[in-house]
Amino acid sequence: MIELDTVDRQILRALSEDAAQSASALGRALGLSQPATWRRIKRLRETGVIAGQRLDLDRERLGFGVAVFLGVKLATKGRVSLEDFERAVTAIPEVQTVEHILGLYDYRLRVVARDISDFERVLRRRIMTLPGVGDVEANVLLSEERRPGPIG
Amino acid sequence: MLDDVDRRLLRLYQYDASLGPAELAERAGVTPATCARRLDRMAAAGIIRGNRAVIDWRKLGYAVEVSLRVTLDKAQPRAFEEFVEAARKVPEVLEIQSFLGRVDTRLSVIARDMAHYQQIYRESILSLPHIADIEALMHVARIKSDEGLPL
Repeated sequence: MIELDTVDRQILRALSEDAAQSASALGRALGLSQPATWRRIKRLRETGVIAGQRLDLDRERLGFGVAVFLGVKLATKGRVSLEDFERAVTAIPEVQTVEHILGLYDYRLRVVARDISDFERVLRRRIMTLPGVGDVEANVLLSEERRPGPIG
Repeated sequence: MLDDVDRRLLRLYQYDASLGPAELAERAGVTPATCARRLDRMAAAGIIRGNRAVIDWRKLGYAVEVSLRVTLDKAQPRAFEEFVEAARKVPEVLEIQSFLGRVDTRLSVIARDMAHYQQIYRESILSLPHIADIEALMHVARIKSDEGLPL
């Protein structure tokens, strides 16, 4: 486990808002020198605390008016391997995230579509034809917000 | 409206958001000035909302991730607003989503271990207002998490 001090936490919080800002701009905001800031950012990246960067796009402005979370239960566990399902589902462009979960369902998928009829097409042609797919529960996303998390 | 160059830039940038402006321009086959102008325009139009660092909470000692599907008491007119307002105050809540369907809201919650999760669940989650029912799903693995749009 990586231990962070207060300054690391401030840097992490700032980068989770804007990861494209320069070390000198961030250092200025926090009252740190550019080299000191750069060293700390480098450590956060090298230790994997910062796993990467994500471009935050407004999907609705890009024409994807619908996001649906699907709970998928596999019908034929054992016969069709989990790998087959996972390989096929991750190849679908409209599927944004795939999570393996324990509980009511086996997988949780986040699917985007242009509208409800486009979603129906994705569901029928791409999801329901996946190897081993059983029960599917759909919940249409109305709103979402991400929180900074326990950075401190 | 977006043209082919805009879409190409978004596709490349979405695939690798750590690309600097010069590299992005080169891969997209446009000049750095064109690249910067297009990105600025898409940011001003609200299409690009930001470029965020992705935190690996496991590296910070948060080994447990639970998805809580919460059904709210719909007899209360402000149930959703009050629930969300209170959920925002729980630091371990990473995501708050609302749905049209069988599930009303979903919270993504992280904890250091199962004992810590139990503590958060009892002290912070169960005291949130207007909960009618909660169902917990435990995360095993993320198979795909790039969140890319099929542009």
